[in-house]
Amino acid sequence: MDTEPVKSISWPRRYAGIYAALWRNSVVREMGFKSNFLLWIVVELLWFALQLCFIGVIYLHTDHIASWTKWQVVMLVGASQFIQQLFQALFLSNCIQFSELVRTGRLDFMLLLPMNTRFLVSLRVVDLGGFVNGASALVVMGYAARQLHLSPSAGQILGFLLLCLAGILIHYSLMFLLSSVAFWTVRAQGIIWGYYSFFNIARLPDAAFQGFFKAFFTFAIPMLLVANVPAKLLLNKLQSPGSMLLLAGMACACFVLSELFWRFSLRHYTSASA
Amino acid sequence: MRKYWHVIRIGFENTLVYRVNFLLRAGFGLIPLLATIYLWQTVYRGQNSLVGDYSLAGMISYYLLVTVVDTLTAVNEDDWQIAADIKDGNISQFLLKPIDYLTYRLCLFFSGKIIFTVVSLAPVGIFIFCLRQYMVAPAGEWALACFLLSTLLAGLLQFFISYTLALMAFWLLEVSTIIFMAFAFEYLAGGHVFPLNILPPALEAALNCTPFPYLLFFPVSIYLGQVRGAALWRGLGVQAAWLVFFYLLARLVWHRGIRKYSAVGG
Repeated sequence: MDTEPVKSISWPRRYAGIYAALWRNSVVREMGFKSNFLLWIVVELLWFALQLCFIGVIYLHTDHIASWTKWQVVMLVGASQFIQQLFQALFLSNCIQFSELVRTGRLDFMLLLPMNTRFLVSLRVVDLGGFVNGASALVVMGYAARQLHLSPSAGQILGFLLLCLAGILIHYSLMFLLSSVAFWTVRAQGIIWGYYSFFNIARLPDAAFQGFFKAFFTFAIPMLLVANVPAKLLLNKLQSPGSMLLLAGMACACFVLSELFWRFSLRHYTSASA
Repeated sequence: MRKYWHVIRIGFENTLVYRVNFLLRAGFGLIPLLATIYLWQTVYRGQNSLVGDYSLAGMISYYLLVTVVDTLTAVNEDDWQIAADIKDGNISQFLLKPIDYLTYRLCLFFSGKIIFTVVSLAPVGIFIFCLRQYMVAPAGEWALACFLLSTLLAGLLQFFISYTLALMAFWLLEVSTIIFMAFAFEYLAGGHVFPLNILPPALEAALNCTPFPYLLFFPVSIYLGQVRGAALWRGLGVQAAWLVFFYLLARLVWHRGIRKYSAVGG
């Protein structure tokens, strides 16, 4: 592995080069099925609209959910969609396909490549439609901000983006953890499907929940932090920086946990084909 | 017909393999349901009045009944399997054998639904038991009987719609986008997300002209006693009419598709 040409480039540049090649591959692949690419964007837009309809219908009958007004919740749903779509663009299909890699034995081939296997497995495919849908979520957020007469400062926007990164890291780590179960049983599809249920929770205002449910989805599976904290930062709803630190801390914890489980599973992995 | 009983038995054996997946699916599905229930509780706590005609217990019962009807009637994997059968050329054998593909798939749908229902019984049952204080009783014996009948019709309607959509695989490379789009409309207009009668009346009336409410909302509203008398019979009639319509459409699309299929397969 330590041959001269490899040594001569630093590792960040090497991995950036690899990632650029993966991007090129994905663009070529998507453009091979243009109409399908566009149709998937429409599908995601429809589901986004559906969530907004639900909020709209609830607010036909009430003017607040706990301390949240209508446009504040729209902002939250937008933030949740933004985070989820970026996660989908970068990681989701890779996580879903992982069990296929194990089943077909293609993983063995990847393990032999002179690079970090988790990097390759997690980032192999980029789903470009996710970026388009992420942009549409930003448009909705912008509209909600106008309705609320918000003009966030540059610091708030920067903070929002950083917190979104933490949210994406949580989605990715938990999903990667779930797909690593494929090492132990190939029939792990049901678990992955289940993670979609959690997305539904991320877009609901945290103030609507209490007791065990709230504690569980804050400290065990931090779905009530992922979108709520970034949205509250923009809405001036954060009283203290505590919840921002909590989100960042949970993101690190989830990532470390998924890495530990990944290494543990790899050590116990005996190829599918042998 | 003996051969179709055989198909049902094969269906049992095939779907039993997926029982763990079914269990996870039914179990995980309850988490967003619980979140929705908490959300409505918070809404009711904030205002002390009804939402539409629903009390808090009525609203929670609505969502629990939606879960029950959905468990009994929703198409799980059938549409993907049908599309795959067409794409992989598996349907060629049905053209040669004296087996009707639609009846064959219907048998598989039934056996799959029975396994799914049995597997879901534990998680859904426990969930409803925990919330039993909110669960209202059916509006009467007749309402319960009509609810069951309407649920059966809803299941068949679900199947014929999914079947017809999956047959688009004769013409298209990828049918999953169409299926997900139809699913989104069904989800909203069928009453999955919220009861349709809390919408503005004009919008509700417009939705009632589509088949979607008859997939889910209609049986649930029978149970809750919101439709009764002449309106109940009219509703059941409309539901049956949609069923016949989609059955005929499924037959028609199949015949068109087969012609196209043989043209390509040579």
